[in-house]
Amino acid sequence: MSGTLFLVQILNGLQLGVLLFLIAAGLTLVFGVMDFINLAHGVQYMLGAYLAVAFYGIVGNFLAALILALLAALAFGLLLEFLVFRHLYARDHLDQVIATFGIILFLNHAVRMIWGAAPLTLPVPDFFTGSVVLKAGLLYPVWRLVIIASGLSVAAGLYALVSSTRIGMLVRAGATNARMVSALGVNIERLFMIVFGFGTMLAGFAGIMIAPVISVEPGMGDNILILAFVVIVIGGIGSIRGAFVAALLIGLVDTLGRSFSIDILRLVMGPSPARMAGPAIASMLIYVLMAVVLYVRPSGLFPARGR
Amino acid sequence: MTGAALATASGARALRPARDILPMLIFLVFALLPIVASLTTRQYLLDVGARMMVFAVAAVALDLLVGYAGLISFGHAAFIGLGAYAVGILAAHGINDALVALPAAIAVSMLFAWLTGIVCLRTKGAYFIMITLAFGQMVYFIATSLAPYGGDNGLTIAARNTVAGWPLLKSDRAFYCFTLICLLATYLFCRGLVVSRFGRVLRGTKENATRMATIGFNARRFQLVAYVIAGGLGGVSGFLLGNSTEFVSPEYMSWQRSGELIVMVILGGVGTLDGAIIGSAVYLFAEEWLSRTFEAWQAIFGPLLVLVVLFARGGLIGLTAQLRRRFGHA
Repeated sequence: MSGTLFLVQILNGLQLGVLLFLIAAGLTLVFGVMDFINLAHGVQYMLGAYLAVAFYGIVGNFLAALILALLAALAFGLLLEFLVFRHLYARDHLDQVIATFGIILFLNHAVRMIWGAAPLTLPVPDFFTGSVVLKAGLLYPVWRLVIIASGLSVAAGLYALVSSTRIGMLVRAGATNARMVSALGVNIERLFMIVFGFGTMLAGFAGIMIAPVISVEPGMGDNILILAFVVIVIGGIGSIRGAFVAALLIGLVDTLGRSFSIDILRLVMGPSPARMAGPAIASMLIYVLMAVVLYVRPSGLFPARGR
Repeated sequence: MTGAALATASGARALRPARDILPMLIFLVFALLPIVASLTTRQYLLDVGARMMVFAVAAVALDLLVGYAGLISFGHAAFIGLGAYAVGILAAHGINDALVALPAAIAVSMLFAWLTGIVCLRTKGAYFIMITLAFGQMVYFIATSLAPYGGDNGLTIAARNTVAGWPLLKSDRAFYCFTLICLLATYLFCRGLVVSRFGRVLRGTKENATRMATIGFNARRFQLVAYVIAGGLGGVSGFLLGNSTEFVSPEYMSWQRSGELIVMVILGGVGTLDGAIIGSAVYLFAEEWLSRTFEAWQAIFGPLLVLVVLFARGGLIGLTAQLRRRFGHA
């Protein structure tokens, strides 16, 4: 386990962490403020990536594609809100789960029908191609650093927005007790729509930013959705701060676990059982972490909802 | 007042003959299916029917949790996997008698349910959903790492279980009948359970946990027992699945499978037990036939789910009740 490899994996872990934060932030707000379980949040991330690829094909400029894709993702999210989600806020969680599951099935296949099942790629914008030298002989792609930086700045902006603006105050109040906020004369439906649209856009943004790094394919949002749920549950539902801490934690634990589990296991067992058990234990780590956190703190690390 | 309401509701459920027509119809269809299959020489009907019933066993057990105890378990496929792996691992060591494998499948699942249930039941609501998912994923990843038993690729079972040394389950039709008996037993057992005092405590806790605690019930103990029972029934379903496919794989307990089970229960109608059977039959039917005729069947099935939620409260059973009311039949 060399020091440089460790550094690279820390950066990779951070990158996964900020990505998860971008997705989890919207999810935790929608869940916290509206008490709405939106499984379709993962397909918004997928849609962001696909829209970026599509717009890039038309305009040929990454920044323009980014902006257009964000706007399209927002518009689509609001359309879904208007058509389906709005009618589900008052329903119980099971109805929400099954309806949003239906939307996942539909969109995964719609995307396949429109763009085909083959993975698509989005080139890294020219300005950010290449790598930086972290240390002699150690290169790290610039774009991944850009992802980390943009994720962290979104987190900072979000923190400022939530902690010191009026709308942020309403969101925090809504996460604590939505009915009380409504009783105090706030137009809760409009607040819901703003929060929902904003969360959708963040998930889309995550999809757009990661598109140059991974292959864009149908179903890409499904597994990340589960990770995002793990994040918001560990962080405490409705808490942006919790989502941020948990996202970085999960990103680091998962990435470092995958890279070093075999090496660590070899300290205590032979090489062949270590090779066998290592990957399984690495994949399990975040779930073990979640189980332990929930055992000790049944409402997550930073519970937002006041009871 | 609620106690009385519950009592009359359950009394009505036990006595009203109209309530019994639907389950009788369901089981009649399943019982007639082998005859239809042999008359029309469509042997695959037997496979599909058996598959529906195998998942219906697990779905009925899940409905016990979701519909009556208010515990949304997102890791129910783990029990199916544990049951199937019990069959597979025993067979790999040369033990392939159902008299050993079935109790082993049930015992392993119940033990796992008990151990994890103690931890899971500390949490509530969405946190419960996610912690059951966590334990499901742990079992899934353990199964992928079991290299001696096939790891990722799964494990082929040489032959179906014998019963006390006799190859009673060998023919597809015999296995079908055995599965039907298992489903019927599961259904009757759960139905008896939900109208019993035990079931009333569960439902009371679902409605208002504080109230039940105030009357002096240790609700968590009742919930744990329900969780263990549902786990054991999941093990039965896994035993059947392993025997019907003669193959076990970690895929049986992926989170998508747990999600599908929840969809089956809600699609049919939560808290009715009949609904769980209908839901799993309809879901697997859709998977089987729609996927044959139209590759992207999920593009149709997805919006259908949304419509069911928006317009048919209470799943398909709720829909039929609404239609009956609308068109004035009793």
